[in-house]
Amino acid sequence: MSDKKAILSPLPGVFYRKPSPELPDYAKEGDVIKAGEVVGLIEVMKNFYEIKAEEDVLIEQFVVENETIVDAGQELVLVKSQAS
Amino acid sequence: MIKVIKPGLQTTVQDQGRIGLYEIGMPPSGAMDKFSYTVGNLLVGNQRNAAALEITYLGPVLQFGRKLRISITGGNIPPKINGQPVAMWETLEVQEGDTLSFDFVQSGARTYLAVEGGIDVPVVMNSRSTYTLIGIGGFQGRALAEGDELAVGDMHEKKVPVGTRIDPSLIPVFQKTHEIRVVVGLCSYRLTEESKAVFLESEWTVTPEANRIGYRHKGERLKFVERQQPFGAGSNPSNVTDLGYPIGSIQVPDGVEPIVLLHDAVTGGGYATIATVISADLNRMAQIKTNEKVKFVSVTLEEAIGARRNLRDQLMKIADAI
Repeated sequence: MSDKKAILSPLPGVFYRKPSPELPDYAKEGDVIKAGEVVGLIEVMKNFYEIKAEEDVLIEQFVVENETIVDAGQELVLVKSQAS
Repeated sequence: MIKVIKPGLQTTVQDQGRIGLYEIGMPPSGAMDKFSYTVGNLLVGNQRNAAALEITYLGPVLQFGRKLRISITGGNIPPKINGQPVAMWETLEVQEGDTLSFDFVQSGARTYLAVEGGIDVPVVMNSRSTYTLIGIGGFQGRALAEGDELAVGDMHEKKVPVGTRIDPSLIPVFQKTHEIRVVVGLCSYRLTEESKAVFLESEWTVTPEANRIGYRHKGERLKFVERQQPFGAGSNPSNVTDLGYPIGSIQVPDGVEPIVLLHDAVTGGGYATIATVISADLNRMAQIKTNEKVKFVSVTLEEAIGARRNLRDQLMKIADAI
């Protein structure tokens, strides 16, 4: 069974992969992250909203680059569910 | 009582606004899309100025402490009660313990939750509207946060039957490209003829900063007529001697990225205002999302007043039907 999924942006804004310019990315392709962990930020209206994994996942691919403007509902990260 | 399980991105208490204090520098705040806000109150039988929740981009999760009539109007952030999709623009009833949540935004940007009796927060300078910049009004002067408990007020005047809807032809549809009508002026004489044309012919893109204070638009740079700046004006050609800024007025600091000032904005200053969004279209302005496209269309003052009258007639028609 395939458990490939996408994490979507719930809102429009600028996608960031790191908490601040001098810090490392939240997550890299190939990482396994736990439910509730942050994979990126969306900045809109001068607010930062954390994008979190809803379950334990393997990160397969970031489809949006750092600092790209995204629309609500747009795919950000392709992941594979790690639930057994 | 309404309990905030999750606050959403920016959910604030708003009413018709803090009207009448503009001359002391106090912007009105209030619902950004007054058409949707007003229909919301009508659908639950509230007085016109009852406070509602304004939800932006991302819906909250709320739990109701008692049986209550509610309505959800405005931008399409699809609502669900106890996980089941429910209709917008319709009188709904929730039971004690019911949870309201929302899917990702489909169209528009701001959704209004009206509850029978209105949201009860202290009145500050004639209004319950939240003005977050200085932290007054609304719920403790700020957007809602997890764990907040909202009281329900008594601004109810009419029992509206559950299932009441408005004429579907009166429900606004929000696209991703927008034509917003403006009256050119007061300081449009400061733009070159070429830039005046560029302003009206361009398709502008709304930037991520767009919020209740103002909407900033990316596009071509506009040029101002060269002159020796008058006494009292700043040195940049986009500066004039200070003036009051109409709500909806458009300024272009240094000719870069026109800003439409909205309900939480500064009330005056020294930037040339090249046009003003007509009051009827401020409602539609409120439903524009970051990254969407805007074209400004020039209309006369008579057309602007006509549009305002039409909007008032539509609301009257809706009120009569309910």
